[in-house]
Amino acid sequence: MTKSIMIVGVGGQGSLLASNLLGKLLLSEGYDVKVSEVHGMSQRGGSVVTYVRFGDKVYSPIIEEGSADFVVSFEKLEAGRWAPFLKEGGTIITNTQQIDPMPVVTGAAEYPEAILEELRGKVKVDALDALTLAEEAGSSKAVNIVLMGRLAKYLGIPYEKWEEALRVVVKPRFIEMNIKALSLGYNYSE
Amino acid sequence: MKELLIGNAAVARGLYEAGCSIVSSYPGTPSTEITEFAAKYDEIYCEWAPNEKVAMEVAFGASLQGKRACCCMKHVGLNVAADPLFTLSYTGVTGGLVICVADDPGMHSSQNEQDSRHYAKASKVPMLEPSDSAEALEFTKFAFELSEEFDTPVFIKMCTRVAHSQSIVETSERVVPEAPAYEKNPSKYIMIPANAKKRHPFVEERCRKLTAFAEESTLNRAEYAESDFGIITVGTCYQYVKEVFGDDVSVLKIGMINPLPVELIKSFAEKVKKVYIVEELDGFIEAHVKALGIECTGKEMFSNIGELSQLAVAKAFGKEVPSHIEVETAVPGRPPVMCAGCPHRGMYYVLAKNKITVLGDIGCYTLGAQPPLSALDSTLCMGASVSGLHGFNKAGGKGTEGKTVCVIGDSTFMHSGITGLVNISYNASNSTVIILDNSITGMTGHQQNPTTGYNIKGDPAAKIDLETLCKAVGINSVRVVDPYNLSECDTVLKEELQKEEPSVIISRRPCVLLKSVKAKPALKVDEDKCKSCKMCMKLGCPAISMHGGKASIDATLCVGCGVCTQMCKFDAIKDGGEQ
Ligand SMILES: Cc1ncc(C[n+]2csc(CCOP(=O)(O)OP(=O)(O)O)c2C)c(N)n1
Repeated sequence: MTKSIMIVGVGGQGSLLASNLLGKLLLSEGYDVKVSEVHGMSQRGGSVVTYVRFGDKVYSPIIEEGSADFVVSFEKLEAGRWAPFLKEGGTIITNTQQIDPMPVVTGAAEYPEAILEELRGKVKVDALDALTLAEEAGSSKAVNIVLMGRLAKYLGIPYEKWEEALRVVVKPRFIEMNIKALSLGYNYSE
Repeated sequence: MKELLIGNAAVARGLYEAGCSIVSSYPGTPSTEITEFAAKYDEIYCEWAPNEKVAMEVAFGASLQGKRACCCMKHVGLNVAADPLFTLSYTGVTGGLVICVADDPGMHSSQNEQDSRHYAKASKVPMLEPSDSAEALEFTKFAFELSEEFDTPVFIKMCTRVAHSQSIVETSERVVPEAPAYEKNPSKYIMIPANAKKRHPFVEERCRKLTAFAEESTLNRAEYAESDFGIITVGTCYQYVKEVFGDDVSVLKIGMINPLPVELIKSFAEKVKKVYIVEELDGFIEAHVKALGIECTGKEMFSNIGELSQLAVAKAFGKEVPSHIEVETAVPGRPPVMCAGCPHRGMYYVLAKNKITVLGDIGCYTLGAQPPLSALDSTLCMGASVSGLHGFNKAGGKGTEGKTVCVIGDSTFMHSGITGLVNISYNASNSTVIILDNSITGMTGHQQNPTTGYNIKGDPAAKIDLETLCKAVGINSVRVVDPYNLSECDTVLKEELQKEEPSVIISRRPCVLLKSVKAKPALKVDEDKCKSCKMCMKLGCPAISMHGGKASIDATLCVGCGVCTQMCKFDAIKDGGEQ
């Protein structure tokens, strides 16, 4: 069976590193893997989405409505934008951090503060303040790794393997900080 | 070794393994990373050329020398390189020559979604289209062999989904074939009519031979199943078809999209009751199949607009599609925006404030078209702002000259803006050209260009001096302004618009995302002084928003550029470092 994970967020939040980590990990676990990234325009503060699919044999690199096992969202309202991509029984893992999009900044639209309440009524939502945890680990930039740590709870791959893969994808001087971020996400409890 | 690579990195690996020695390209999403990855191999000489035409001609020269060469571009880049392409088809090659072109169906980051396959057909050049990274590597290597065997350039056609999706590849060692010594060969390489007339029949004969090759080649593959109908498909669409049908349907997977086989398609069609064609954008295969007199269904079922997907395939074939939840809360869009501290913003504000008509170009600065700046009037293709401004002013005369400008980035100016400026000078229009010089090719992810002083490897290189260049083509009035200084921009803009001669304003500030640019401490709003006038909001800076009726600055985004400080009449925005 092919499993599908979406990583969504705002350009600049480090979704490429997160998907690289997942790719490395799944490859070393012996799966067929496809990771579809976005480059170019979306770097500039736009909404970004990365698809990760793995299993015995993966064909399509993309994920569509009603087919994701997990939506991992780096920002609160983005969880709402991509929630329709979840399959029945799927889980949203989301950061509770708010980043105002331009229409909210200019006053043309309102930030949907209560979005998670609606989502909780419809699907399984695992929400955490990944920004605070990342800062605790040593850098606000580690939100991506905190959330990967959270995802690690669900995928059934031994935690040490995540650490191993993380050591490969991050620069040596950031390893310790990121390992801490991973464990803070993994061990978080409300 | 097994590796997980994006399609573009796999093409680069293919270039490496095939012994390619030269890559010359111009960046463009989704093709850029091919050249960036290739540049990581010290064995391959790589460069950013000023535009795609130059890049293709560099590759031609290297091939003439007997070396394996490549040039890469996005789909619209091939328009720029179309001139060398069509005659390169006549001359053929000495060392293998591969042209990588990446289409962008769905326009993730492009101004149109043209289908490059038509170029392959029109120029009579073979084109291979991989469907994942493993094929991207394999096809790229094979393209060099095909190129040398059939004496032709060869296209590798990518699309966003293949270019930017990672999948597993098997890598091997680099093998560099021996390059033949250079020999003068005028009848093959000097394309004057007398010689070209002899080469054209060669090209037609080559097409026939390549079609025969396509019948037998493993690039095209029939996978038969116990199904009534069969699907002919190519590239990423093959993956969508397999995702939906698995091994339950007969599929003819096309790997060589030009020239298409004839007998293979006929025999496939005979073995199935009905033929469907699944391809993105135009009905290219469909037209070929129909011309063979074979009944088939393609674009009646699938749009020729945007990308396809497994869902699009499932829906078209009446298969069940998964249900999904609906979100009732309104979720605002999140379009890409100019970054906090982007040096383009200050100049745009001044243009918008003065109600100037602005012919725009392509780059990060195209984002200035969006509210609240809404500063642009047109965007066509790279370079068109400068030449378009000349036409606009020639047609509008005195009525428009004093209130119209064009804006163009440094990389875009070197790409094709300079020729338009030559025209302004030579054919004398009273035009004001603004070069938004942020010292980098921003939009495509920070590539060096001829004005930055560095090459693709980041090593120091000759730096084209824009002031000298503009003066050399006959522009007497060349001014440099700092876009962080609004009053300076305003004054210089008004002065240059009033002059009875063409002028160039260089708005110069490096991109804030460059590592060499150090951010200043974030600015702060003094809430007691803020009168909620929202003047600072007119800049469209993502770091500034209104909270509880007062302006507020997001310290994680603000780089302290100080443009908003100049907007505030109440002195409410303070230097973050002071407190
Ligand atoms: C013919 C063509 N080639 C390449 C591209 C891709 N592309 C879009 S904008 C751009 C360069 C922008 O750089 P610059 O002019 O320096 O502006 P900046 O983004 O830095 O503001 C490129 C290469 C294109 N749209 N058309």
